[in-house]
Amino acid sequence: MTSAAKSPWLLHYNASSCNGCDIEILAALTPLYDVERFGIINTGNPAHADIFVVTGGVNEQNKEVLKNLYDQIPEPKVVVAVGICASSGGVFRDCYNVSGGVDTIIPVDVYVPGCSVRPEALIEGVVKAIGVLEEKRAKMEAEK
Amino acid sequence: MTGKRTVIPFGPQHPVLPEPIHLDLVVEDEHVVEAIPSIGYVHRGLESLVDRRDYSDFVFLAERICGICSFTHSSTFCQGIEGLMGIEIPDRARYLRTLWGEYSRIHSHLLWLGLFADALGFESLFYNAWKIRESILNEMEATTGGRVIQGVCKVGGVRRDISNDFLSGMDNRLDAVEDEMQELVKVFLNDYTLKKRVCGKGKLSASDAYALGAVGPVARGSGVAQDVRMTDYLAYKDLGFKPIIADSCDGYGRCEVRCKELFQSVDLIRRIITDIPEGDVSVAVKGNPDGEYFSRSEQPRGEVIHYIRGNGTKNLTQFRVRTPTLTNVPALVSMLAGCELADVPQIVLTIDPCIGCMER
Repeated sequence: MTSAAKSPWLLHYNASSCNGCDIEILAALTPLYDVERFGIINTGNPAHADIFVVTGGVNEQNKEVLKNLYDQIPEPKVVVAVGICASSGGVFRDCYNVSGGVDTIIPVDVYVPGCSVRPEALIEGVVKAIGVLEEKRAKMEAEK
Repeated sequence: MTGKRTVIPFGPQHPVLPEPIHLDLVVEDEHVVEAIPSIGYVHRGLESLVDRRDYSDFVFLAERICGICSFTHSSTFCQGIEGLMGIEIPDRARYLRTLWGEYSRIHSHLLWLGLFADALGFESLFYNAWKIRESILNEMEATTGGRVIQGVCKVGGVRRDISNDFLSGMDNRLDAVEDEMQELVKVFLNDYTLKKRVCGKGKLSASDAYALGAVGPVARGSGVAQDVRMTDYLAYKDLGFKPIIADSCDGYGRCEVRCKELFQSVDLIRRIITDIPEGDVSVAVKGNPDGEYFSRSEQPRGEVIHYIRGNGTKNLTQFRVRTPTLTNVPALVSMLAGCELADVPQIVLTIDPCIGCMER
């Protein structure tokens, strides 16, 4: 296990979510759940990130932003779709401005359903994402 | 000598913002001359869904306008439908709605204090604020079943009752929360470094606040006594409500209003717990809404208005929300003009932006 896999850094982006999942992502970092004790840090810079945590169903205006951010994260990278809106569009699926899930724009590795997502579920999702990150890293090493 | 004007983009993805808003900052040297906001990164268009969901289902969608003020949105929407259909909800339901509304205000203000501390570089203060917030969320979860999205409001009342035993337990647990909040607020209101960063920054005079239509703590921090709770909706008419105002007209004033409102909400909750009447928590609802109605209430961020129009069918014909953050954006633009570039993140935060609400 590499050090990055023990303490991955997250980039969080709200792609037209209602906020519910975003505040739960922050709650997972704060004392009750405290994922920072493992070295998981919410970074603001895509170039520092390993795991891309996206909430919300993605609308017309932010899909370019989402693509940009995804492209700026160095390989290997893992995308976690947090909440039912990010997974499938959720209750907003029928809205005229919602594309219906993060996977309509960028590839998603882990889906965490829930409305809003519970911090425990989110932490499990990130732990799964660490596994995927390791697999991707091993694959990159093998291809070298 | 002043330099040439430069435009610096701020957002939509920015470390200080959990939510996307974009500002074009026109700067001359380090001074912001003008801030041009552009919005729409969270626009979903949920108001249009009224023609596909019936009015009782739409309560869940109204709740998901925003994950922070979720309870207030659902109760404002229900209040509108009830007003339109002439439904009188039981007194106990009225009190319970007020109780949950005040709990969400405490949770929202603590959340804001945390984010504000983080924007100023006080990371452990951020963690302390959110630690206290967890005990409020525990109460929410114990009484409604949800931490941030509760789903407890319905047309005609509320879905769950809280037993009187549990209510007195809540009252006891509030003591500890209140002590912790006292400690926290002391830092926000007295710390030398923090005051240096906040006092005199983001000036908004009372007349500007009024003219630009600021609402909530932004208006009250500039000395404008504007609070929908004074209009005696829900149980506020029995509780006797007086708004908290501060007259320093800057970021510190807005912070002070929110800090004091924490304790005001604790007092209101205590009054509710002592005064809550016995009885049912919901009434049966028959028929469909016909006509139009403006429903107002006070969110943690200010006044929210739901406009509802029905034509006697189960689907509404029009639904429109006016949220406090959108109303406060003109005030924000006026605060940002003339500030230092380094102060922009914290001035943006002093209006407590909730983009999920603003763009729906």
